[in-house]
Amino acid sequence: MELTRYVSIGQYLPRDSVVHRLDPRTKIGVTTLLMVVIFVITDFTGYGLLAASLVGLFLLAQIPLGYAARGLRPILFLLLLTFVLNLFFSGLREGTPLVRLGPLVITSEALSRAAFISLRLVLLVVATSLFTYTTSPMALTDGMERLLRPFRRIGVPGHELAMMMSIALRFIPTLLEETERIMKAQMARGAEFQRGNLLRRARAMLPILVPLFVSAFRRADELALAMEARAYRGGEGRTRMKELAFAARDAVAWIVSVFATAVLLASRWLGLP
Amino acid sequence: MIEVRDVHHVYLRDSPLAAVALRGISLTIPDGERIGLIGPTGSGKSTLVQTLNALIRPTSGTVSVDGEDIFAPKADRRRVRQKVALLFQYAEQQLFEETVAKDVAFGPRNLGLPEDEIATRVHEALQSVGLDPDRFGPRSPFTLSGGEMRRVALAGVLAMSPKVLILDEPTAGLDPQGKAEFLQLILRLHAQRQLTVILINHSMDEIAQTTERVIVLDAGRVVMDGPTRQIFARAEELEHLHLGIPQTAQILHRLRARGLPVRTDLFTLEEARAEVLRVLRPA
Repeated sequence: MELTRYVSIGQYLPRDSVVHRLDPRTKIGVTTLLMVVIFVITDFTGYGLLAASLVGLFLLAQIPLGYAARGLRPILFLLLLTFVLNLFFSGLREGTPLVRLGPLVITSEALSRAAFISLRLVLLVVATSLFTYTTSPMALTDGMERLLRPFRRIGVPGHELAMMMSIALRFIPTLLEETERIMKAQMARGAEFQRGNLLRRARAMLPILVPLFVSAFRRADELALAMEARAYRGGEGRTRMKELAFAARDAVAWIVSVFATAVLLASRWLGLP
Repeated sequence: MIEVRDVHHVYLRDSPLAAVALRGISLTIPDGERIGLIGPTGSGKSTLVQTLNALIRPTSGTVSVDGEDIFAPKADRRRVRQKVALLFQYAEQQLFEETVAKDVAFGPRNLGLPEDEIATRVHEALQSVGLDPDRFGPRSPFTLSGGEMRRVALAGVLAMSPKVLILDEPTAGLDPQGKAEFLQLILRLHAQRQLTVILINHSMDEIAQTTERVIVLDAGRVVMDGPTRQIFARAEELEHLHLGIPQTAQILHRLRARGLPVRTDLFTLEEARAEVLRVLRPA
């Protein structure tokens, strides 16, 4: 039982690649464009091209392709469900029947639809995981804060949101360590967590949750005090040690992705080939 | 009696994050001994004590308590944890119940004892840590002071009626008086309940005052093991491990280096004072 060591926070894989060095804002932007593209494409050829370019990006980022597959593990069930539901209840009335299972009919159109929707999910996850693999949590919050800055006028507390996010990230390992320690302390007093029915197990969590909450509140208090002691008063007029700055590679990334998206949208709505 | 035979432990074996914590520890801990376990940070002290009550299953090697292998397939872990109690660092953070009495009752209740037995144990445990059961029992643990909370946590493990009491830095974060009182309490418990005491501590003075045997760990190995006086006589080796020796011994060592022929293996202020006077004023 070594909780801390089994849970990795985020999925950041530090490498020295061009993709890693891109400005986080660029990566947020490009990832958003990728999502749009994924939803705009409606044929397998498009997805084939997209998949190929994603593979290229993974190679460029020096992330083993196995990691792309690993990112799919948590959504395996969702993927299966989506596939099955689309297969049987696609809502397509017409079609060439392939298999008949009692009242259920699988048409080739439904099969192709199910495959397509599943592929869409896979691509979405793979595209976003490329982003999380190559962007450290800190870079991510920095990028978010900077992107939200223009919205401050309409009351979006960008700095505060980013600060909360980085504090939350910072404390995940601490809280995990604490959970482990408290669990062991209660086990030393004869507690068991894997025994009995669901209700008993839920009750058995109480001796862990109460101390955990108490200490989380205490930590929050102490952190707030420590921040105030160093005259923290929000993002107003605050300077940063590492200023985000766009480089030539960011320009390249933006131009390529905006151009590709534009071409795609144009071909979709203007009926170009 | 606890017997540890060639225990190795690697955290996260077979992963890129593997970290070796114990490299072949063998120890015999007879009943009733007061043992100090010292070593630099990361030497494996905490890992070692957690293998003694089956909280960590070592990668290889055996641990037996009273002749029973605690990692045998049919071993009763709960019984092992009842016999070998472990008070973690900052143990006050494990309190969770509405009242002190209920919290102390958590252990005995997990052992499945009858209610009247639980009540007796809670009463006794609170009394033996110096908290009046009638006054403190009904209070919420979160209204107590840090020192009192730690006593409640200690009562919580004592209520298991252990034979062995392991304490991981029990005085960390207490004020000097709280520290002294807590150590006195441990010595009293040792005498009253014939407990075996294993104390992890970074203060060599506290170790010298409470233990009769010292085990020194470094990088997952036992590097010294012997009577407290003998171990602290090896000042240079200890210093090499960044451990140091009790303050009185340090002073005596310096006096000796300046030519005063004093003994250097004395750990209480009284003993040291008497020794210096003895040397300065020959009869």
